[in-house]
Amino acid sequence: MVKGKIFSYLYTSLILLFLYAPIFVLVIFSFNDSSKKMTWEGFTTKWYIEIMEEDIIQSLIVTLTIALLATIFSTILGSISAIGIYHLKTRYKRVVLKVNSLPILNPDIVTGISLMILFLAISLQFGYTTMLIAHIIFDTPYVILAILPKLKQLNPNILEAALDLGATPSKAVRKIILPQLAPGIITGALIAFTLSVDDFVISYFTTANGVDNLSIWIFNQTRKGITPAANAISSIMLILVITLLTIIFIRLSKDFKKKESH
Amino acid sequence: MSSTNKILYKLSYLYIFWMFLFIVLPVFLVFWYSITPLKSGNSLSFYTIKFTLENYKHFFVKSDYIKSLYNSFKLAFFATGFTLIIGYPIALILANMKGKKRNIFLLLMIIPMWTNMLLRTYAWQYIIGRNGLINHWINQLNSFLPFSIPELNIMYTKTAVMLGMTYNYLPFMILPIFSVLVKLDKDLLNAAYDLGANKFWAFIKITFPLSIPGIISGATMVFLPAATSFIIPQYLGGGKDMLIGTIIELQFKGTANNPNFGSTLSIILMIVIFGITTLFSLGSKDESKGESLW
Repeated sequence: MVKGKIFSYLYTSLILLFLYAPIFVLVIFSFNDSSKKMTWEGFTTKWYIEIMEEDIIQSLIVTLTIALLATIFSTILGSISAIGIYHLKTRYKRVVLKVNSLPILNPDIVTGISLMILFLAISLQFGYTTMLIAHIIFDTPYVILAILPKLKQLNPNILEAALDLGATPSKAVRKIILPQLAPGIITGALIAFTLSVDDFVISYFTTANGVDNLSIWIFNQTRKGITPAANAISSIMLILVITLLTIIFIRLSKDFKKKESH
Repeated sequence: MSSTNKILYKLSYLYIFWMFLFIVLPVFLVFWYSITPLKSGNSLSFYTIKFTLENYKHFFVKSDYIKSLYNSFKLAFFATGFTLIIGYPIALILANMKGKKRNIFLLLMIIPMWTNMLLRTYAWQYIIGRNGLINHWINQLNSFLPFSIPELNIMYTKTAVMLGMTYNYLPFMILPIFSVLVKLDKDLLNAAYDLGANKFWAFIKITFPLSIPGIISGATMVFLPAATSFIIPQYLGGGKDMLIGTIIELQFKGTANNPNFGSTLSIILMIVIFGITTLFSLGSKDESKGESLW
């Protein structure tokens, strides 16, 4: 039994090492005093100052604003649509959900190309707008899929009771359905945001030659020869994410303890 | 209730229109271009008089393309196998952890996914590259060992690409299996133990069969992105191994510059993937496949 436990710990540690190896390397080399990638030439923090430079800040702003806007739009669209889809007749529902799952099942390269061709066919000028539209297109299906299970768990009697007691349909939706859907909506929004922040392929095909998001900027860097500035910004984002998650984690644990002590 | 239903379903009309415009129409356009000959200047003109199957013929006649499709799937298949072998034990270990410890480890597993995919793939060059960390240590070790360990020479090979795929998609295999194992009814296992089974057989006869939906889910989430990736082959394979993702990218944004043929490749890829996912969903008895995320 104890042997089993030791093995588990060893194996898990090994896998965690595997998962974090490139990340450690990334962070360490963000302090590398050298433009040439792999040789370590001394410690420096200059790259953390270098990232204040035009290009990279621009692409970071693009990434964050697109992710934010796309999340907002796709969450709203997804929420409304999920409610609508849930109440469709079964045979229509099945078809709609099948089509909805296409952007999820299709590899990003196919989605990216199909959108690029669409924008070309309607002669839409490429740029920030096309990238944003593309993000909303591939985010919304995930939002819908995150909310549908919550709709299933809704108790229809509560809605009916509210209507019987005189609530208008819109008030019923707002005060009863939406709050119960909230966890699904939040999950969907988080997924959408995550997907958009990290997207490369779809953005790559639906943008113009100047509007880069962070991933595209990094991609262009790797063509020229990557500067540790890319490592620096990645390290910063990583620290932000870890801090954010730790805070959320601690808060959730506190809430949990509070509930238990009551 | 039925009167609200009569209104509520109409909310879906907006999205149905949206889907038609942004999901169905683009696919149709890709198909349209796949049967259109390449225009001079490589413009993607929508209007065309003649249709042609030339692009499709080109795909089948020149064996390179079928070979690249096969190679992509082969690599992805092995990568999926590796993620399964490596990841299943982790899913088991995680499922058996309790509360806080489990959440911490889950978090630890997910955090790497929050770094940029390009960078964390690229970073492997630092580790397994010719002048990378591992070779650096090997050389240092060799300097005071009587024999010499050979240097690692897998950069820009299929092995490196497989490593990259396994690395990037490992969490996608672990999480679905984990979520299925967690819902496993412990009483089933207890019953098995009471009836005399040891841990090994309980696993083989109960845990593993019940986890198969999770495995299928994970396999789908690893295989498809791995087979169609063009970043991983480019960074770790040197871009010389012509995998299907690389080829398609070249048609549209690279040197090959034949968007019509690229469209053909995309259609063929979509058909093959559709076939594979249909096979997978036949193997899974889960009725609500299209209705939840996993």
